[in-house]
Amino acid sequence: MTHTEKNAVDLATPTGDGLDSRLVVERGSFRLDVALTAAPGDVVALLGPNGAGKTTALRALAGLVPLSGGHLRLDGAQLDRTPPESRPVGVVFQDYLLFPHLTALDNVAFGPRCHGATKAQARAQAAVWLERMGLAAHAGAKPRRLSGGQAQRVALARALATNPRLLLLDEPLAALDARTRLDIRAQLRRHLADFEAVAVLVTHDPLDAMVLADHLVVIEDGHIVQEGTPAHIARHPRTDYIAHLVGLNLYRGEAEGHTVRLDGGAGITTEEDLTGPVFVAFPPSAVTVHRARPTGASARNLWRCEVAGMETHSDQIRVALTGDLPLTADLTTIAAAELDLRAGATVWATVKATQTHAYPA
Amino acid sequence: MNAPLKDRAEAADTLTGGPRPRRAPRGVRGGAPLPLLLPALLALAFLVLPLVALLIRAPWRSMPDLLTSSEVWQALRLSLVCATAATAVCLVLGVPLAWLLARVEFPGRGLVRALVTLPLVLPPVVGGVALLMALGRNGVVGKSLDAWFGITLPFTTAGVVVAEAFVAMPFLVISVEGTLRAADPRYEEAATTLGASRFTAFRRVTLPLIAPGIAAGAVLAWARALGEFGATITFAGNFPGRTQTMPLAVYLALQNDPESAIALSLVLLAVSIAVLAGLRDRWMTAS
Repeated sequence: MTHTEKNAVDLATPTGDGLDSRLVVERGSFRLDVALTAAPGDVVALLGPNGAGKTTALRALAGLVPLSGGHLRLDGAQLDRTPPESRPVGVVFQDYLLFPHLTALDNVAFGPRCHGATKAQARAQAAVWLERMGLAAHAGAKPRRLSGGQAQRVALARALATNPRLLLLDEPLAALDARTRLDIRAQLRRHLADFEAVAVLVTHDPLDAMVLADHLVVIEDGHIVQEGTPAHIARHPRTDYIAHLVGLNLYRGEAEGHTVRLDGGAGITTEEDLTGPVFVAFPPSAVTVHRARPTGASARNLWRCEVAGMETHSDQIRVALTGDLPLTADLTTIAAAELDLRAGATVWATVKATQTHAYPA
Repeated sequence: MNAPLKDRAEAADTLTGGPRPRRAPRGVRGGAPLPLLLPALLALAFLVLPLVALLIRAPWRSMPDLLTSSEVWQALRLSLVCATAATAVCLVLGVPLAWLLARVEFPGRGLVRALVTLPLVLPPVVGGVALLMALGRNGVVGKSLDAWFGITLPFTTAGVVVAEAFVAMPFLVISVEGTLRAADPRYEEAATTLGASRFTAFRRVTLPLIAPGIAAGAVLAWARALGEFGATITFAGNFPGRTQTMPLAVYLALQNDPESAIALSLVLLAVSIAVLAGLRDRWMTAS
């Protein structure tokens, strides 16, 4: 189901600047096949579940994994067969991989040194980068003495110090605790905004992706299932995975006027008047749960369901329902208590047509 | 605030009949069964007694004279020089071999590893004979070495180094390969993305990371080279001042001058203990 939102794609500029690639990597039964394009200044996020192939795509861009097919051009230059050390690419690895035997300064100076700078020049450049990251005071520290956030910034400085034309970040915030993460995410956003070449980041956290990137590429099982701006994807999810990420109930079916017949047999009445294959989405907060079948309900969407599970979600309780239609519903703690919900209980779920959102598949 | 609490805890301990265990008990508590304890003590005695006997019979009074005699010094110096040179050979050739075995996939890698390990289990005398067949004056390679370059290895000091390196190399290769396998290869990847060639990545990143393993392997190889007897006497002979190392001198001395044999043995024992002490962080912590 490879689908491209033509209106949302940032195509590489006609001069050939930026990233233009189709990455095909075959490894046993797994096949990655994704086309990635981006103009200089773009921040692209590869989003997807574990094992979807995001990191493989990143490693292919870096040259750490050979391409089985496709092509890779960066600013007009063919890079398919170029070894990693000759690519103008910087990588921030998931656990940073700062060289433990070198100081923060020498870690950052490593790249310039490999690119022919003298020791003194490389160190001077590295000092400027650390200064920019607010880490001048930690230049002499070995990585093991840096906090997670500091190590992340040293890794970013190290990757940027070679002036790459393509910056790759593999789960740049995953190794941080929740509080540091907030800070570092904001800083990273600033640094990425300043970066004038292409940045590609891999994440499984939709929030990171939405905050940091201006173009989202969702990968599932080695293929792009959707791409576009964060706002567009949040409103129009195309797979369960994306819908779950943005917290929506999502169904696929055939529309006939205001009714959508789902593949499973159930029907949903929608506000939109459509024909043909469509997606229907509605948030869990739009679902109302009743113990008895409601009489004279204004909602025309009524399904008999069974409680499959419940979990606390800040001050709400998210209830998973199975039956006519598998769905999730958000209830207040009080409502859940009054309904005396427990696993296995039979309930009736209603959703107002005005709360649903249907769009062509 | 803390102290009174601690006192009270200890008071409680005495009430409940003794302190609680501060940490998990190590090994078996209580009596070990006799069928296990007896052979265990016997084994311990078996290993320690000879060394104790060496100390008891040591001619402590004449020791200074024995150790300062020119023959002993000669043998000791030759041993140190040759063992160190052999270790250098092992390092220069063995570290790249270990890297190859740990990092490069190639057909027959298992076989190569087995061949590298072979000198570990091969009787050293056989190693010496094999070296003669290869590098002897009429050996497979030695013939050409002699004819083309005028290089003769057998029965020379260089031959001692060759024999010792042959026997000691596997210790270094295995130690370094193990360390390389344990080291994260992604550091090398990180280095290449920063523009380092594979060799630069090895030199500037991998080598410093595995330095402790290389050091341990080198010490091990050095100790093995220092004690080498069989391959050395077969390939290099036993010429005082040229190829007579400490173990050879000990063996020879035992025939006609047992006292100096004991003295020389004590020197080697002291060196061994020093090596063990140097490696204690690596090995003894496991116990």
